[in-house]
Amino acid sequence: MSVPLLRRLVLSAAFAAVLAAGLMSGGACAAGTLTYDLKPTRIAPDTYVFEGSTKHFTRANGGNILNSGFIVTADGVIVIQTGPSRRYGEEMRAAIRKVTEKPIRKVFVSNLHPDYWLGNQAFADVPVAALPGTIAGIQEEGNGIAENMYRLVGDWMRGTEVTLPTEPVYGSTVKFGDHQLRLIPLSGHTAADLMILDESTGVLFTGGVVFCDRTPTTPHATVADWLKELDAVDALDIRLLVPNHGHIRPDKACVAQTRDWLTWLDGTLRHAVESGLDMAEALELPIPERFQVLDVLREEYRRSVAHLWPRIEQASLPRVN
Amino acid sequence: MRDALRHVGLTCAMLAVAAPALAASSPSDPLKSVMWDILRDQYFAGAPVVFDAAVKVTAPAAAEDTRAVPLSVDATALGQVVEMVAIADLNPFPLVLRYHPGTAAPYIATRIKIQQATAVRGAARTADGVWHVSGVLVDAAGGGCSAPPASYAQKDWADHVGEVQARLWPAADDGMARLRLRIRHPNDTGLVDGIPAYFVETLQVEAQTPGGSPTLARIDSLEPVSENPVFSLDVRPPPDATALILRGRDNQGGEIRATIPMPPPGAKPAMSLKPVGQPWSVGQ
Repeated sequence: MSVPLLRRLVLSAAFAAVLAAGLMSGGACAAGTLTYDLKPTRIAPDTYVFEGSTKHFTRANGGNILNSGFIVTADGVIVIQTGPSRRYGEEMRAAIRKVTEKPIRKVFVSNLHPDYWLGNQAFADVPVAALPGTIAGIQEEGNGIAENMYRLVGDWMRGTEVTLPTEPVYGSTVKFGDHQLRLIPLSGHTAADLMILDESTGVLFTGGVVFCDRTPTTPHATVADWLKELDAVDALDIRLLVPNHGHIRPDKACVAQTRDWLTWLDGTLRHAVESGLDMAEALELPIPERFQVLDVLREEYRRSVAHLWPRIEQASLPRVN
Repeated sequence: MRDALRHVGLTCAMLAVAAPALAASSPSDPLKSVMWDILRDQYFAGAPVVFDAAVKVTAPAAAEDTRAVPLSVDATALGQVVEMVAIADLNPFPLVLRYHPGTAAPYIATRIKIQQATAVRGAARTADGVWHVSGVLVDAAGGGCSAPPASYAQKDWADHVGEVQARLWPAADDGMARLRLRIRHPNDTGLVDGIPAYFVETLQVEAQTPGGSPTLARIDSLEPVSENPVFSLDVRPPPDATALILRGRDNQGGEIRATIPMPPPGAKPAMSLKPVGQPWSVGQ
């Protein structure tokens, strides 16, 4: 009798230890349901934004680093970007429902980066529109992009699957109720960037073309083309600029800020390559004081070195055999 | 009762064995890598090893492209160095390269593949036989070593294997001249099923002088070096050098050979990030 009892004691002690260790390491997740706690801010008539963090994707923010938005029109609700996960898309839809009973009419996705479209699953019953280049990009890279998001933010991604936009759109002006939206196709930040200008309110959703007080990201960027995109923004008559990342402003100050950063970044890396620096050394180059207002500055700078350096270097070193 | 006691006894014995194994021979690894003890025995075979911040290892904290992670190992603070190695602990092939600096500075930079988040190390052996080791942790998504080379997608990739791009900057005050080179080569690890390993194995930098071709530095390069390998070295060309010669070979016997011209008159030495009082002016 005493033998099994002791064995059981040993086993249960071991089990308790494992359980305790598990609870300690997984404590944050076990504490409660993850929620983005999305609250819409009204920025113009009928127009709302869910303002995200200006950081990088983390397990703390669940990937909520974007300013998604929606416009309530007489024809239904127009949604702009669906966020980084299925959970975000679902919470977004629930939060919209609290503002209006109107059905979702259409969703627009501005480019292939993860926080723009990984919430598409929550909008599977309505048309999700994107530029053909964005749809092709998600087809090609979507799985890798989703996998990396699972790695970066973990359980927030539960149940998220790659869901392609269903409707290709092109440069055009479309009318929903009394809102006239100009769809502006560009390339530079990525190969296919969709900006949306609501001509009725003057609100411009720039997608990734403009960053505001947040360091621009360059994984699919062609800097020379991106600078032309910024010229295109400068030529627009707008009242409010909504960048996908960073602060919403009634002026174009952040167009200049994005241009300043890209010009400095490209010029600095070219100069460094010409001056004999190695890529690893370039990671440590000083960044001028005026860019300290950009969030995640050093991290994004280093990512940009990884994206831009090899091509500049290849073009710069002379053939010798 | 006896059975139960034996059980408890066994558990205690296991704990007793486990504890000293964890605290194996000193010094313990500051990066706490599970592979350290094995790698130390494999690559430094019995030689004295110290962890030494004088060896500066630079790599990003997170790998943006796991097929080409920038890495530099700078042991110039140690003075004379005989040999250097770079290691990525959790790679299927941890050893990245061995560098024999010869008369060159104990500094080498390249780009490497990493298969998963790992400790990345640089080590330098001084003339007294001691290995000075340092390193950093690099976080990463998986797969840098098992991805097929991008160049295989180009039909004519084989026509370009062995092409060399290179540039030599004039020597700075310390006599060291920055040399940067890029070699077209798939540098394939051989981990993709049915495709054999195909990578640059040796590279040697010589000086072309009227009196002969002294070797300035030599690199034994391995699978983890990125496709189209890139290297930065600081070499010391003799005063009568008329050019540098790069000689190399890949593991399938392919020869690499290039003549790197001396810098044109009026060229400036490479930028150095080391001295203070050299403010950056680009774009400001």
